[in-house]
Amino acid sequence: MRIKSQKDFWAGLMFVVMGVAFAWGATEYSFGSAARPGPAYFPFGLGLLLTLLGALVLLSALTLETEDGDRVGRFAWRPLLIVVGAVLLFAIMLPRLGMIVSLPVLIFVSALAGDEFHVVEALILGTVLTAASYAIFIYGLGLTIPVWPSFLIG
Amino acid sequence: MDLIANLTLGFQTALSFENLLYAFIGVLLGTLIGVLPGLGPVATIAMLLPTVYVLDAIPALIMLAGIFYGAQYGGSTTAILINIPGESSAVVTAIDGYQMARKGRAGTALATAALGSFFAGTVATLVVAAFAPVLTEMAFRFGPAEYFSLMVLGLIGAVVLASGSLLKAIAMIILGLLLGQINTDVISGVPRYSFGIPELTDGISFVAIAMGVFGFGEIISNLGKPAEHREVFTKDVKGLWPTRQDFREAAPSVLRGTALGSVLGVLPGGGALLSSFASYTLEKKIVRNPRVPFGQGAIQGVAGPESANNAGAQTSFIPMLTLGIPPNAVMALMVGAMTIKGIQPGPQVMTNNPELFWGLIASMWIGNLMLVILNLPLIGIWIKLLTVPYRFLYPAIIAFCCIGLYTLNNNNFDIFMGAAFGVIGYVFWKLRCEPAPLLLGFILGPMMEENLRRALLLSRGDWMTFLERPLSAGLLIAALLLVLIVTMPSIRRKRETTFKEEV
Repeated sequence: MRIKSQKDFWAGLMFVVMGVAFAWGATEYSFGSAARPGPAYFPFGLGLLLTLLGALVLLSALTLETEDGDRVGRFAWRPLLIVVGAVLLFAIMLPRLGMIVSLPVLIFVSALAGDEFHVVEALILGTVLTAASYAIFIYGLGLTIPVWPSFLIG
Repeated sequence: MDLIANLTLGFQTALSFENLLYAFIGVLLGTLIGVLPGLGPVATIAMLLPTVYVLDAIPALIMLAGIFYGAQYGGSTTAILINIPGESSAVVTAIDGYQMARKGRAGTALATAALGSFFAGTVATLVVAAFAPVLTEMAFRFGPAEYFSLMVLGLIGAVVLASGSLLKAIAMIILGLLLGQINTDVISGVPRYSFGIPELTDGISFVAIAMGVFGFGEIISNLGKPAEHREVFTKDVKGLWPTRQDFREAAPSVLRGTALGSVLGVLPGGGALLSSFASYTLEKKIVRNPRVPFGQGAIQGVAGPESANNAGAQTSFIPMLTLGIPPNAVMALMVGAMTIKGIQPGPQVMTNNPELFWGLIASMWIGNLMLVILNLPLIGIWIKLLTVPYRFLYPAIIAFCCIGLYTLNNNNFDIFMGAAFGVIGYVFWKLRCEPAPLLLGFILGPMMEENLRRALLLSRGDWMTFLERPLSAGLLIAALLLVLIVTMPSIRRKRETTFKEEV
């Protein structure tokens, strides 16, 4: 069988998988009765509904003609990995090294994701944004964010 | 005169120094993000949610509201000057507005857009003030069954009137509802889908979803596209004030756009986008012989949609303020912000927090006045900002999002969640699954479940309760009719062309 819309095919599959997963997970909880619905009641029903809708999307992806097969297209791996990587790195570094170190790293690394990259520009951007964040969030709003590396404070 | 007494209270609240300041910050930021490329109100409001913890409820909500309608003004500036709509609701403005700019009438187009929006905003403020109490009155008679049915109608309406595949949009709502099920069950206290992770027993934060999908996910997809080169043809804008003839031509369109937008904004899923599309279609039908044809710089094509989108943006506050049901993603975030401040959105807001309710409404008019001043005399500043390269902008968005995520619970767990939803958001974007319905479903999920289970408890397990209670039955039938109408082949084709037309 030929897939007529790649995008809808994968979307449908995603819905079916999620629907089955949630419905299956719901069986671990109590259903109660219709008069006293338990914690499993709502998610189980929704899971089935999502599976059904996903199946319909799949069906349409296999039957309805599209002009060019509706390809998903290439994944933008570079921005995807760099942006997500930078965010994860920040999440790990922040509690240990504080904002003063982790924020410039976050900005510098995420600047690598674009088409154009200039080292000096990225460094300036990191400095300016860190200073601005300090002014807005720490000084201005008084939010509790670790600022300095924990080993410096002791 | 209740209306006058209420509005007086509203203006007293909104005119305090603090509230004026935050209204100003809101509309300033709104205009800014409307002008800047690749940054929308959803991501901005999500980024600013940490400030909600620090501020009082009234200034915080006034500021967030200002961002939303401020973005409508900023979005039209880019549409007119560089043919790139800053916000989706300005898509139709670009058609005639940009042509006006190319013919040297950029000033007139900008002034028409701003003055039309201001007029629409003034009328819409009055509409909100007049109709909100009526709806609130009605909402008090709602039981759990009615609320459940209303949410079904709201969610269905939200996708029926939006663009894209209906089936996938409904599936995205359900997925959102399911993600909202990751929490501790309110009735039995059982943690669900937490996989033994303690942070998940409180549920996923809607901020993590909003920032991940609309912040990180959108950045990744923007970076995946070929770079957009912005060129501004109109370096300085002259002749801001429209001529007498312009006024005569634009005024009827402004009136029609305002009326249309005010009505469509209240509908679930309505708001700015739908209003502007509908208004453009209406203008083309009504104005038979424009001095300049549509598509070549007709002033009516700017005046109508611009008034309509501003009116629609404002009246879309009505369902959120009175029923606690968000009609679009921005309102979903506003509901979230209210919850953060311990205000349960719904009909009781008007009676329990009258200063908040009326202050917010009054601030919209004040905000609109500020926007006219910000946008017309200061247009030169915004033109300079139009060309800020995206490579400066997106690291800043990422940085602010990350800080915001951390401050939610002073814990890096939410940053990890945000990163995960960034990946998920990018996949959604690749598979053409619209994320806005997911966010609506996620916000409404727990409320829907609670009302469903309470309704069943009251009816002793009889599902017919949803159909036997006339109000509830009416709402469900309306939802069903909406789906049926949209799936009718003739309407379906029309719906698809309306949203694709000249975009």
